[in-house]
Parts: sequence; structure tokens; C-alpha cells
Amino acid sequence: MSVSGARVLLHALLLGAAAITLFPLLWMLSVSFMAGGEASAFPPPLLPAHGTLANYRQLFGQQNIGRYLTNSLSLAAMTTLLSLLLNSLAGYAFAKLRFRAREPLLRVLLAALVIPSQVAMLPLFLMMKWLGLVNTYAAVVVPAMAGIFGVFLVRQYALTIPDELLEAARIDGASELRIFTSIVLPALRPILVTLGVFTFLGSWNDFMWPLIVLTDQGLYTLPIALATLSREHVQDNELMMAGAVLTVLPVLALFLSLQRYYIRGILMGSVKG
Amino acid sequence: MGREGAVIAQLLPEFTKLHPDIEVRIQQLPWTAAHQKLLTAFAGEATPDLCRLGNTWIPEFVALKALEPLDRSLARSTAVQASDYFPGIWDTNIIGGTLYGVPWYIDTRLLFYRRDLLAQAGFAEPPRTWAEWSRMLAAIKALVGPERYGVLLPLNEFDTLLVLSIQQPEPLLRADGRYGNFRSAGFHRALGFYREIFQRQWAPPVDSTQISNVWNELGRGYFSFYISGPWNIGEFTRRLPPQQQDTWMTAPMPGPDGPGASIAGGASLVIFRRSRHKAEAWLLLEFLSSPQTQKRFYQLTGDLPPRRSTWRAPELAGNLYARAFREQLERVKPQPKVPEWERIVTDMRLMAERVVHGDLSVEEGARDLDREVDAVLQKRRWLLDRGRTP
Amino acid sequence: MRVGYAGWAFAAPALLIITVFFFVPVLSALIVSLTDFDLYALADIRNLRFVGLDNYRQLLHAPQFWRAVANTGYFVAVGVPLSLAASLASALLVNSRLAYFSAFFRTAFFAPVVTTLVAVAVVWRYLLHTRYGLINYALAHVGIHPIDWLGDPHWALPAIILFAVWKNFGYNMVIFMAALHSIPVDLYEAARLDGASRWQEFGRITLPMLRPTLLLVSILTVAGYFQLFAEPYVMTQGGPLQSTVSVLYFMYEEGFKWWNLGSASAVAFLLFLMILAVTALQVRLTRDAQAR
Repeated sequence: MSVSGARVLLHALLLGAAAITLFPLLWMLSVSFMAGGEASAFPPPLLPAHGTLANYRQLFGQQNIGRYLTNSLSLAAMTTLLSLLLNSLAGYAFAKLRFRAREPLLRVLLAALVIPSQVAMLPLFLMMKWLGLVNTYAAVVVPAMAGIFGVFLVRQYALTIPDELLEAARIDGASELRIFTSIVLPALRPILVTLGVFTFLGSWNDFMWPLIVLTDQGLYTLPIALATLSREHVQDNELMMAGAVLTVLPVLALFLSLQRYYIRGILMGSVKG
Repeated sequence: MGREGAVIAQLLPEFTKLHPDIEVRIQQLPWTAAHQKLLTAFAGEATPDLCRLGNTWIPEFVALKALEPLDRSLARSTAVQASDYFPGIWDTNIIGGTLYGVPWYIDTRLLFYRRDLLAQAGFAEPPRTWAEWSRMLAAIKALVGPERYGVLLPLNEFDTLLVLSIQQPEPLLRADGRYGNFRSAGFHRALGFYREIFQRQWAPPVDSTQISNVWNELGRGYFSFYISGPWNIGEFTRRLPPQQQDTWMTAPMPGPDGPGASIAGGASLVIFRRSRHKAEAWLLLEFLSSPQTQKRFYQLTGDLPPRRSTWRAPELAGNLYARAFREQLERVKPQPKVPEWERIVTDMRLMAERVVHGDLSVEEGARDLDREVDAVLQKRRWLLDRGRTP
Repeated sequence: MRVGYAGWAFAAPALLIITVFFFVPVLSALIVSLTDFDLYALADIRNLRFVGLDNYRQLLHAPQFWRAVANTGYFVAVGVPLSLAASLASALLVNSRLAYFSAFFRTAFFAPVVTTLVAVAVVWRYLLHTRYGLINYALAHVGIHPIDWLGDPHWALPAIILFAVWKNFGYNMVIFMAALHSIPVDLYEAARLDGASRWQEFGRITLPMLRPTLLLVSILTVAGYFQLFAEPYVMTQGGPLQSTVSVLYFMYEEGFKWWNLGSASAVAFLLFLMILAVTALQVRLTRDAQAR
């Protein structure tokens, strides 16, 4: 096959695959602007007859989705900031600060990566009950404030900080904390952005644990609200699609603007081998 | 839960006028998650003061020692009169001789049907026995053809089989809820009839999620009978076009040999033991149970009241669709009052689904279910033997 | 030594959180799995009984548990190869020297990964609708009768597999792309000088160089796919006929619907053991293949 022939085939395949991949998302957008019941027709419509904002209005008005949006946002933000702090402190310590049992501890942590988080879920719930934290945001944020993956990611990156830089600062008499805030953190900035994006996305999309631990409807995050809405309103598909759009749009936007960092994080996480 | 929660907000101003010092906050829970959410709330010590609880959940919460006994408050009260309530419904709130809830609205299951399609098939009156119903289903099926059906019985809902079983003389559990009784001839009959309806293609083998819009589909004649509850009176009135409003009607459930029983469902108002405002909660309960408030509640939601006196009001007495419910309410039976009931009825539904699908025969299904249920009740037997549970 | 103390001080907060909120619950899960912790025990702790391995024994005899295992196994056995094939294929396409706008395509293929699972599950539930769904509509154009995707016990899990592959293939694609980048170009040039065809290049150079990545990716994907939960929860509630009950979904119902926390913890541990066993198997198979 000639080069141009191959090129045409290649792009045909790419376009076809891209169309299939993006179609559900575009359709979701389209249906969200359709009138109630319009999508339940045969043949199924691709575009709304007359676009309407009614679904969005109902979501913000009756279904109070603005509340869930804010909840998701604040929860994700809190989790991200706190976990960045704790994970960067620990990651740097594992990379550059010598302390007893550092290597064995690291090995234990890495081994624990294979344990699925759901094993911890049931006793964690009971623990939250005894701490009186069920149905609070603390129950969602606190367990997520540090994670093995995050610590490891920072550690890998922190390994690349030149030792001489740190030694020089120590000789100058700077405290460890000072070194951390003025040298290490700035050096870690790229990986912190990566980890931040990861954590934010993870928290935003988190479903199972908040579902279990949050009972107050006022505290629901977007995914839970959407799941509840979809189980209650099996019939109102256009409304569902609007809810789905609102849930997906913020993270897509975040991703599009910060893709570089997110993808780098995946690669670094996979290099551990 | 559901729309009732939204409606309470409208009823509250009256209450606040009577008791201006009491502040009421409403919490809404979606029905499908409510059971689990309430239990989580209990585990998390985050329960409300007053709650609307499905009456089939009362045994569970009593076993958890979560509910406050109400006998003393009842004795002192003038607003709540036990004799005014339908006995089958009132009984669902009594566990081990103690009252734990006051019925707030009733729920039961009966037939919603297309009168015109039934007439086209040659029948002027709704069915009173299973045999009559079978004849009608067969006639309708012959009339509408292979693409449409006589009745919709969603496979992910346990109500229909439960109603058919409860119409039998034998109880569903035996020995005070220690063992299953699904090997009884009555349950075999119910399960057999249920399976027959699917085998003869009178009902489509589908879940409720696969019916995109049940009101439209009844309107389109996709099926002619539907077994549902009081809330659908309002829904059908609202969602079907005006010209179709006189084509549908309700009728009591047919039984094996005559008009049959149905489930004594509904919701009660309960007070949680951990509440720190029990006296105020009781005042709100009394307010919501007064015939006037109940009448207003009915007007706002279409939920049917549990007090006979409220039924005499012209709005209800004159409602054609509600008449079948009034009649059915005199023939309702409670479900077994064991905390494991929710699980048992789910296992029953799963078994029924497999029987309908042909994976199990009726005998195998009933036998498997009995065995599963006996295992589920094992802890209850252990606790009963030690006197640790009602 | 100051540095030593600083090390502990810095690592301590994270380690504390991880220990208290991960390791402790995991160990407790092991203990709870040896009791019959249930609703009655939740009410009154005196109703708790230590039952040893009874929960495990009952589970291993419960047909519903094995159905969940079979469903999950099917999901993994079919879903992972499909997902890896899609990831590798798209990585090769996007990475090709001939491709224009590769950044756009990479973004397009990756987009589903970041979307909220619950939201897109709702979208797909509707696309898969028997009568009004666009998938059946498209299939009808090629002469295929409408399939009852989410209502037919034979098609529900395949539908979920399709959805899961769509959602995830972009993630591994990115990893494959990076790995492809790291293959030295001279290898390909040398092969072309020797007259090798495109396919031979793929089989003799690309695949072998990708082997470590393939192993890593398949271990991660298998572990991830074993943890199937949200899709059945949102799309099918485990039905029809329990054909989409995964092990985690089973655990969720057992633990949070019926409150048999003892039994549910046992399920969680069995799941963990399953993942461990399959991972070890994968590593062993790869090592054997490499040795040959």
C-alpha cells in the first residue's frame, strides 16, 4: 500500500474510532436540551427539535442540583489540598530524609497497593460510627487525606531533587521545615499539579464510599445525586442527561486544560513496575 | 420520601400556628435507597425525631431497638383513636403486643385496567376470581396480538407474587417466624399461577426499567391490566390525555375463589428512641393524624388515609378510582413481622424470576426458597430461644 | 539526629492516616469476617457470635456467591483482552508517524476515562434501550434484530463489558503510547533495511519490546476489572436474573443492604485472594514465556 493510501486508511480508522468514542458524550449533550419525553421516540432523535433549557432549569430549581455541585466542588477541593500537603511531606521524607525503617516501610506500603480499597470499607464504616462521623464530610475527607499512591508518586519525583541543593541549605543552617517549604515544594510543583489533578478527579468521581457514608440528602455529591435521581426518575431521560452533563462537564474542562499533567501522572505511576 | 416529603412543607404552616415554639426541619430520602439509608442513619446515630417509615420495616427497626413505644402517648391522646383505623393496617404497627407507629397513609395493591379494551374483548365487569381473570387475559391477548400483552408484572417487583401468596390461607412463615412455609400448597398455587401468566404470554417478561414510561404504555394499550398502588390514581389522571380519562378504572384484586386479599402496606409515623424531642414529635404526629390534615394531605398527594372517618369526606367518597381501594382495605393482610422480611421477599422475587425464566420448576423454586429462608432465619431462632428478641 | 526526627515528623501524618484508615480497617475486616456481625449485633453487641470460618464455608457453598464469581470472571476474561486490544490498537494508530492531529485524537480517546462513571452509565443505559436506544437503531440498519441489552441475561454483561471498554481503553492507550515512544527507532530502521514487512516489524520488534508494559498493564487492568461495582449498581441493579451481580456488588448488598457485615467482610477477603491469585498467575505465565 502506498504511503498516501496508508495515510487515508489510518485517518479513516482514527476518525471512525473518535466518532464512536465521542458519540455518547455528544448525544448526552444533545438530549439534555430536548423536551421531556422527546427522546423516547422511534426512530430515536439525534438532535432536539427545538432546544430547551427546561431540564437545566428543573435541575437547578426543583432538584437543587446547585447544592450538589457545590458539595462536590468543596469536597474535592478540601480533599485535594489536604492530601497534597500530607502526601508531599511523606513523599519527600521517603525520598530524601533518612529515618529508621524507611525502606521496609516503603516495601510494606507498595505491597499494600494490591489490597482493594473495598476490603477496608465495612470496618471503616463501623469506625466512623464509633467516632460519630457518619454522615459528615469528615468521613469522606479524612480517610482520603493520604494515600499510598500519592506518597509514592511524590517520592519518585522527589528522588530527582539534587542532594547537593538540600545539603547546602542545611549547611547554611536552615531548618528541615524551611528547606521543605522554600526548596522542595517549588521543585515538586509539576508533580503536585499532577497529583492534584488526579486527586481532584478521583474525589469528584468517587461514588461507592460517599454513597455508603452520607445519608443526609443535603450532603450528597453529584454522582450520588445523579444515581439517586436515575433510580427514582427512570422515566425522565432528558432530565437525567442534563444531570449527567453537569456532572461530566467540570471534570472534562479540568482535564482538557491540564491534560499534560494528568497523563504524566499515569506514566509515572506505571513506571514503578 | 418521595413526593410526600415535599408536601409536608405545605402542611407545616398550620402546625406552626398551633405550636409556634416548635421548629420543624424536613429531610427527604429517595424511596429506593430509603431502607438502607435509614439503617445507615441508625448506625451513625443520625436518625430524625419523627419519621415516616414503611410499615414493613417496623419489625426491623424494633429489633434494632430504634423505635419508641407509643402505647402511653396513645392512651393520653384524644386526636388519635385506634378504633377509627382499618384494623388490618393498624395491626402492622404492633410488634410483640406493643404499638410502635401510627399509620399515616395506606398503601395496597390492586388492579388498574383499561375498561375499553376489556369491553372490546367481551367483558363488562372486572374479574373477581383468578379463573375469571385468566379468561380475560386470554381474550385480551387474542385481541391485541403477539406484540402487546394483557398485564404488566415487572419482574424486578415482588408485589404481585406477594399479593397472590398472601391470598392463600396458609401463612408465609411458620412457628412465629422461625421457619419458612413456602412448601405449602397455597404458595405452590400462587407461584404456579404467577408462572402461568408469563408462560401464556399474557405478561411481558420485563423489568420496570425496560418500560420507558408506564403511563404512556397503558395509554397505548401495550398492556391492559397493571397492579399498582394509590399514588398512580393521581399519576394516571395527570399523565394520560383528557380524552383517555374515562378508559381506565381500578378494581379490587381477584382471589383464588372470590374477591381476594391484598397487602396491608402503607407508611406509619414513628418516633426514634434516641430523639431528644419526643413530646414535640408526638404533637406533630397528632397534627398529621387529625382527620382534617389527613384530608388535606390526600388532596395534595392522592395518598389514601388510614382512618375510616376521613374516608367519609366527599372528596374521597366521590372519587371513583378510590372506591376499589376502600373496598380492598377491608380485605388486607399484614406481611410477617420479622426483621428479615425484606430479605426474604427479595429472595422470593429472585426465585420467581428464575421460575418464570424456566430455570426452575415451581416445586424446585419453592423448595430452594424454603431452604434459603430457613438459613436466613437461623439467627432469629437462636435469639428467640434465648428470649432476646420479640 | 535532626534529619532522622524530621523524616519521621514529615512522614508521620500521612502514615498515621494510612494506618488508621486503611491498615486497621483491613485487619478488622479479617476479624469481623470470623463473626456473624449483623443487624442484631448492630443493635446489641451481645448478639455477636464468633463463628470461625463459617462465613467462608457458607459463602463457598452459596450458589449466589459463585454466580457473582462467575459473572466477575467472565467480565475479566472477556473485558480485559478487549480493552487491551483496543488500547494497543489505538496507541499504534495515534502514534503512527503518518498521523496528523494526533493530540486531538489522543484527547478524544482519553476523554471517557475522566468522565464520571455514574453519569456516563446513565447515558449508556439509555443508548442500550431496546426500543428507543440508538445502538439497536444502528444495528437495525445492518439487519440485526433489536437486542434486549439490559433485559436479556445473556446480553446484559456483554453490554456492560462494551461500556467498560469504552470508558477505560484510553488509560492504557496512554501507557502504551509512552512505551512505544521508548522503542529505539534504529531497531525499525534496521528491520526495514533487512526487508521486513510491517507485520513482521510488529511481531518481532514491537510486541517483544512491549512485553513488560503489557504485563504491567494487564495486571493493573485485571485488578481493576475485578472490582466491578458501579456499572451494575447504576445500570442493572445486578439483574436481569442476577447475571450482572459482581463480587463487589454482592458484597455491597450483603453488607449494606442486609447488614451481614461478617459475611460481607469474608466476601471482601475472598475477592482480595482472587485478585492476588490471578496476578501471581499472570506473573508466572509471563516468566515462563520469557524463559522459553
